[in-house]
Amino acid sequence: MAWVNQDKCAIVGVGSTDYYVRGKSWPRTINDMAVEAIMNACADAGISHKQIDGFSYYSTAGAGYLDKFDTASLMETLGMPHISWSATLTSGGGGCPGAIGLATAGLMNEDCTYSVTLMALQQLPQHRLGVVFGSAAPNPENSFLQPSGLVGPGHLMSVLARRHMHLYGTTQDAFGEVVMATRANTHNRPKAVRKEPLTKEQYDASVMLADPLRRLDFCLETDGAVAVITTTMDRAKDCRHKPAVVHAAAHGGQREWGRAFAWMGMPDPHFASSGHKFTADRVWAQSGLSAKDMDVALIYDHFSPMVLMQLEDYGFCEKGEGNDYVLSGKLRYDPVTGKGVNGGTPVNTHGGNLNEAYIIGMTHIVEGVEQVRGTAINQVKDAEFALVSGGPASLPVSSLILRKD
Amino acid sequence: MTYGPARALPGDQIRITTNPDTEPFWQAAKEHKLTACECGECGHFRMPPTAVCPECGSRAKNWPALPGTGTVFSYAICNKNPKNGEDYVYVPVVVDLDGAPGTRLNANVSGCDAEDVHIGMKVIVDWTPIQDDWVLPNFKKA
Repeated sequence: MAWVNQDKCAIVGVGSTDYYVRGKSWPRTINDMAVEAIMNACADAGISHKQIDGFSYYSTAGAGYLDKFDTASLMETLGMPHISWSATLTSGGGGCPGAIGLATAGLMNEDCTYSVTLMALQQLPQHRLGVVFGSAAPNPENSFLQPSGLVGPGHLMSVLARRHMHLYGTTQDAFGEVVMATRANTHNRPKAVRKEPLTKEQYDASVMLADPLRRLDFCLETDGAVAVITTTMDRAKDCRHKPAVVHAAAHGGQREWGRAFAWMGMPDPHFASSGHKFTADRVWAQSGLSAKDMDVALIYDHFSPMVLMQLEDYGFCEKGEGNDYVLSGKLRYDPVTGKGVNGGTPVNTHGGNLNEAYIIGMTHIVEGVEQVRGTAINQVKDAEFALVSGGPASLPVSSLILRKD
Repeated sequence: MTYGPARALPGDQIRITTNPDTEPFWQAAKEHKLTACECGECGHFRMPPTAVCPECGSRAKNWPALPGTGTVFSYAICNKNPKNGEDYVYVPVVVDLDGAPGTRLNANVSGCDAEDVHIGMKVIVDWTPIQDDWVLPNFKKA
């Protein structure tokens, strides 16, 4: 049955700062970047930032890994007269597109009129994710994981990738193709951090950080901020751009995935997956659509194998067939035709976390918006539906389908 | 790739904490006894130990002695000591525990070259003293 809030709200504004290599945004403050992103998103929408009356966060309102957003401070900074909605999804980057569903909840409940969702990230040396994980004080729960030396997210996800290779014969060549196929989309993007084409030889020469994963299988470490404005469809009509309609949105997941690689207790076949099957099924049920209806897929790519596993969980291919799907070139975007290659759906036409910038998933939402507006740099021809996914991690993870108006 | 001998990370750099739900596991480890949290009502195993059985909701717990053997479910090969960044080959393994269906431990494996570790490999517990007089269950090739 169609989602009751289908096509009732839309993303009307997107804004970002420049993207900086890790730590290079200093001496800007993280709040300075957050506020610039909000103001840019409001300008894009054609509203004043003082019209924002809702905050829909994810990652437990985290700004990066050690900082926190605080609605009261942001109000004070921006001079907002009042707010009537302030909420967050829990866990981490898995909730990124789900925060748009949260915004929809606030808007449909008539709590707010314009909701902002944002992320700012400033990876000063002590704020690096790998360092944060590894130096976290032991607690009774992580005392069952940390002593193994699985201290960084790349370590953790290499264990999942290994199991996928064991069960299905998946190859490191497929991980490399995820990186190369999406790198091919950044050469014409002024803000992208990695723009040079990547050859297979360069990929194979990349240092092994957590076998089977190489440095190039890990996403970028970058600084910056991104904000997006969500409002109701009636208000969206008055904004500057064509609305990116919220067609379906879901967050959550099932117990078998649970704390995921912070736990490692997932039974097969969940262990070697992205944990997205549950929310994938929800957005397909909400929309009546399936993977084949998507014109472009913005898949959270913190680590290349997790792209492959999400493609399986969303049904772009069968479980266990991700290797062949990827290696047949089906992630690639053909700039000549503006379409996919070999019958595939273009993935991460913006270059993703691996190549453009890593702002904990927000760049994927921006690209989804630009694709259904028809203004993307690597525009998919006649794009009507864009899928956006959150990062495979502890629950909730989340999914979003944007539709062209 | 060739890595050479897999070593457990040095115990003197490892620290754990406990709470009343998890402490019986670690107290048993101090005596070199491998256990897992078993529901006192329905017999379902769970790890890490938590307050309530997720199957039946009972708070009753048993801590049976396990054989101390298991099977490698998955693993990664790492080559830097996370404490200081120095070259150090260690293999974090996720181990299915014999005698406690559905439970796993995350540990290091030794007793073979890193490149010889494989999924399905049989392992046996190998005790590593760590900080604060606790003892960590690692594994070696059986």
